[in-house]
Amino acid sequence: MNEPNGIPVIRVKNMMKKFGDFVANDNLNFEVYKGEIFGFLGANGAGKTTAMKVLCGLSVPTSGEITVAGYDAYTQTEEIKRSIGYMSQKFSLYEDLTVEENFQFYAGIYKVPAKEIKPRLEESLNKVGLFEHRKKLIGSLPLGWKQKLAFSVATFHQPEIVFLDEPTSGVDPVARRNFWEQIFETSDRGITVFVTTHYMDEAEYCNRVSIMDQGKIVALDTPSKLKELYQVDNIFDLFLKIVR
Amino acid sequence: MKRFRAFVVKEFRHMLRDPRTMLILFAIPVIQLLLFGYVISTEIKNAHIAILDNSNDEITQKITNKLLASDYFILDSRLSSIKEVEPAFKKGIIKEVIVFEEGFGRKLLQENKASMQILTDASDPNLANLLDIYTRSIVSAYQQELSKSTLKSGLINVEFRMFYNEELKSAFLFVPGTMALILMLISALMTSVSIAREKELGTMEVLLVSPLRPIQIILGKVVPYMTLAFVDMMAIILIGHFVFGVPIRGSSFLLIGTGTLFIMLALTLGILISTVSKTQQVAMLISMVGLMLPTILLSGFIFPIENMPKVLQAFSFVLPPRWFLNTIKDIMLKGAGFFDIWPNLLVMVGMLIFFITLSVKKFKIRLE
Repeated sequence: MNEPNGIPVIRVKNMMKKFGDFVANDNLNFEVYKGEIFGFLGANGAGKTTAMKVLCGLSVPTSGEITVAGYDAYTQTEEIKRSIGYMSQKFSLYEDLTVEENFQFYAGIYKVPAKEIKPRLEESLNKVGLFEHRKKLIGSLPLGWKQKLAFSVATFHQPEIVFLDEPTSGVDPVARRNFWEQIFETSDRGITVFVTTHYMDEAEYCNRVSIMDQGKIVALDTPSKLKELYQVDNIFDLFLKIVR
Repeated sequence: MKRFRAFVVKEFRHMLRDPRTMLILFAIPVIQLLLFGYVISTEIKNAHIAILDNSNDEITQKITNKLLASDYFILDSRLSSIKEVEPAFKKGIIKEVIVFEEGFGRKLLQENKASMQILTDASDPNLANLLDIYTRSIVSAYQQELSKSTLKSGLINVEFRMFYNEELKSAFLFVPGTMALILMLISALMTSVSIAREKELGTMEVLLVSPLRPIQIILGKVVPYMTLAFVDMMAIILIGHFVFGVPIRGSSFLLIGTGTLFIMLALTLGILISTVSKTQQVAMLISMVGLMLPTILLSGFIFPIENMPKVLQAFSFVLPPRWFLNTIKDIMLKGAGFFDIWPNLLVMVGMLIFFITLSVKKFKIRLE
């Protein structure tokens, strides 16, 4: 796990997002650094998804200064979309296409140069040990493999930041641990990982975590410092202490 | 453009890989056409009839022979009393009984007036109606013949002519009708289901986060189905023309143009449906009930619009297939040109613009 080197790739200053009278994100302030694994925790309905949508260029914030990968969240959503990768809890691969075809499709929509697709594909698949399965339909593969592949697909175009929305829900503990190995390796390559999760043991793997409650960020620091500050043994207790 | 191409390639892969999709796209149009053509034929061939001839003279014999000489009727039995009529109908084989009054020939020649009865089994009203029409036209043809040869006038002369479809060939109706149905099926149903599938499986989320623009996603969905709908349209026109003998009296260019307009209209409806449905099942249900059923029931495909209650007649005006069906029937059967049908085309273009605006709006709202 490498330490963040202090270059911010996401800057959020006084971010507000309202839907009518409802305030989904109330004055958020944080920065995420290059190569960092940033955990974004919070109960359901705390406003995580809303914030993530803004950071992914899917919705425009109500107010505040937000830049992602150096691009403005109001005016440069197209550029933001090009610089990020995204993986959701549903893994989002096409079950009726082969492993290879899924990669080709995403490579196409992210404009990966045609010459690079083949060597990169070989490299990514070898890394997760699934190269010999490249001609198989996604639908025929076990869940743990799909998850690995979905992550490889999300980082295939070498984005600056990859957003993972509860990437491990429904996967067994061993596969989860393997998956985190993949995340560490990605962050080592300098790709920033922004991850939401409901598993508190996973929060311990993050360089820094933020905890959201009712639209506000109520805690943000490294896991060890937070545990010290709130005098708890693990993030799970911390979470319960903060989010009542 | 590269993004768009990657998307279209993916769509074609989905389509070609799924046997059910391929079945819907290629087998169903052909099967449906043949089914409508040969099984659900509204033409009558070899209907069983019975004759109760109370006169049994030269003229009734001749009329009987004329009737049987046509392809329409087969003589099942000769009855000897009016009491046998109902039991004959009840057996269900005989669809029509022809009754000549006593002294038919004599009365006709001496008094210029004779009566015959045509009794039909109207438990199937369409069939009864057609049998009635066929019989009358044969009898009146004989009357004409008779009046010429005997140089007598005064006979009731009933003339029949079915314009544009002299033999009342049902193919002339079901080929355009099937075309409307199939194009609706492929364009609207398949497109809405395929977009809803992306939502259901969560891949839509990833597409929206990607640099693909919403318009590229929509067009990427539309292009493959448009291609296939076009292929199917051509197949139906060709089968209709060469197998069922449906004429194309107007310009084929105009026909294909109208078809393409309808395909686009149906695709837009499919997109509209997909914006309001979260799952494939919902999309399918809405397409079936909202589009397929009206296409079958209210567009004039099977039931004549003129016979519908006023409310449904009014409703049929907002149905795209009604306009399409009207237009292509005019082009194919009447040989109508652009200047005859432009109001219809205008209505369809208007609908297209309306639905495109609506679905773009809906699609944007959903993104928020």
